[in-house]
Amino acid sequence: MKYFLIILLLFSFSLNATTIHVGKNYPIKSVKEGIALTKDGDTLMVHGGWYKEGNIIIDKKIVFIGKGLPVLDGEKKHEVLSIKSDSVVVDGFKVIKSAYATITDPCGIKVYNAKYVIIQNNVLDDNFFGIYLQNCQKCTIKNNRLKAYGKEEQQLGNGIHCWKSNDILIIANRIDGHRDGIYFEFVFDSLIWRNISTNNVRYGLHFMFSHSDTYITNIFRNNGAGVSVMYTKGVKMFNNTFEQNWGDSAYGLLLKDISDSYIFNNKFISNTSGIYLEGGSRNKIEKNQFISNGWGMKIQANCMDNEIVNNNFLKNTFDISTNGSLVLNTFNNNYWDKYEGYDLNRDGVGDVPYHPLSLFAVLVESNPSTMLLYRSFMITLLDKSEKVLPSITPDNFVDNKPLMKPLPL
Amino acid sequence: MCFKLIKKMNRIIKIILSDILKNKIVLAFTLILAILSWSSFALEDNSSKGLLTILNVILFTVPLVSILFATIYLYNSSEFIELLLSQPIKRVKIWMSLFIGLSTSMVIAFLLGAGIPLLIYSPNAVGFMMISVGSIISIVFVALAFLSSIVTRDKAKGIGIAIMIWLFFALLFDGLVLFLLFQFADYPIEKAMVGITALSPIDLARIQILLHLDVSAMMGYTGAIFKDFFGTSLGLIVSFLLLCLWAIIPFSISLKMFKSKDL
Repeated sequence: MKYFLIILLLFSFSLNATTIHVGKNYPIKSVKEGIALTKDGDTLMVHGGWYKEGNIIIDKKIVFIGKGLPVLDGEKKHEVLSIKSDSVVVDGFKVIKSAYATITDPCGIKVYNAKYVIIQNNVLDDNFFGIYLQNCQKCTIKNNRLKAYGKEEQQLGNGIHCWKSNDILIIANRIDGHRDGIYFEFVFDSLIWRNISTNNVRYGLHFMFSHSDTYITNIFRNNGAGVSVMYTKGVKMFNNTFEQNWGDSAYGLLLKDISDSYIFNNKFISNTSGIYLEGGSRNKIEKNQFISNGWGMKIQANCMDNEIVNNNFLKNTFDISTNGSLVLNTFNNNYWDKYEGYDLNRDGVGDVPYHPLSLFAVLVESNPSTMLLYRSFMITLLDKSEKVLPSITPDNFVDNKPLMKPLPL
Repeated sequence: MCFKLIKKMNRIIKIILSDILKNKIVLAFTLILAILSWSSFALEDNSSKGLLTILNVILFTVPLVSILFATIYLYNSSEFIELLLSQPIKRVKIWMSLFIGLSTSMVIAFLLGAGIPLLIYSPNAVGFMMISVGSIISIVFVALAFLSSIVTRDKAKGIGIAIMIWLFFALLFDGLVLFLLFQFADYPIEKAMVGITALSPIDLARIQILLHLDVSAMMGYTGAIFKDFFGTSLGLIVSFLLLCLWAIIPFSISLKMFKSKDL
């Protein structure tokens, strides 16, 4: 009991934190001045107003709260908010107009080498980079809205950019009009959950060398080149929506050299290509919906041991396309709306194997202009005869157990 | 005077129309179209398969029936035409009224058979595009029928020519294009190919529908070239004008031949 009291006493000492107010109606008018007055553990409450104070640096463990959405304006000359301490909370600010520079990458909010930082409920408007985590651990980015207005890739920075970090939580942010919505490089063991990334000039989500991250229930819509993920293993993608990514090199989801990953229950709707898989191995693509895409999946011949099971392929122009005759992947128990087989024993599985690769898909792959003839009667005729007697398409490119009814996903 | 002529023409059109619309083949055609379209829409839970069936009907059945029926009708009504010619009516008026009567009836058959289900199940850009393109295709192939029936007096030969025309546009032309595409695969021929499609009314029709039906795939590289041309409102107007030319040119050639033909 004595020890307990001593510990309690010690705690009460450290709990001796104060709240400092900054605002028009308070003695302290400037944010920088306010920060200078705080010590570790204090709260700095900034009241509504327009603060043009250049680069604001937080180098103490403080809670930095905006009340009535105060605006921090970088006037296109400064990085707006730099966080250089652990355990900082930034809540409820409107951060606008960071500078533009390609060497220092000025940001709306940048966190340098810190842990346990929370950035939440902020609005970021017209910044070069939005929120940038550099060498951070166990940080949370939650409920922020980011918007940028550039037209060209080189004028724009990324929305949420993380570099060499781990255990990051990125939850419920909306990113619009940046270069890449969310960008990861060397970021491990992180969770990206319920974000909406739209109209970005390059990718909605872009990551490289970021192992063991999980992406759940995000929406990636109408981004310049869709979503692109490369050189990573152990990715988990559940329940995401990839839609309306249109263009020749735009993909709902581009997977390059991705291995040991699990792609489950996602929706790919109206993309030029739903999934583009290149050099991937040991991935499982299960229970996804491919609807109204130009190409449901483009799976290159250099992929191996991928399992594509229990997916629905509906209303796609081409369900599958590939660039060679080598097939080292398995396609089983999928529903293909172009399947024309029968099911005599009524077990829900078609009795005739289905060859999802159409002759015309192969023709278009080797000579893209052939697209001009799509749906012409002659092409239909060629396709039908190829289905009966595969000669050009690889005959082991086959779903041996095609489903008769779409899976209820 | 002019008014009187139009009135006379109207009367001939009316006679021809009522004759054709009572024709069993046209009735059967309408019925078959209707059964095909309704069943393909009703049986499938997604409307895209129904649309595909109707697309095939537009690109395949409609041209065939239009050109064959019109050719046969023209040969069968040669006596009626001769009777009309003995009256004080200009040849142009007679040929025009025949054309208007035949194409109107084919368009009505198409609209009743395939147009109504399209309007009900797919009341969007694709549906309207299919209806308009289907109607124009009917007229184009009636015009081609006029050409094939005026070329020769022999009925069997005329029908043969009609079938050949249909076969060429429905099948052989695409084979030719495919051959060209692979022969010249090393050259940037995408734009030239856009020009070549103008040489077949069926291809023009198909691409217009394709741009609405397979939007996602058409956003790919070559698709984008076609979309840049055909997808713009200028391209749309140009390709519809070209389709109209496909009706006007064969018909005007046949009209010229009919005017100077010794019957």
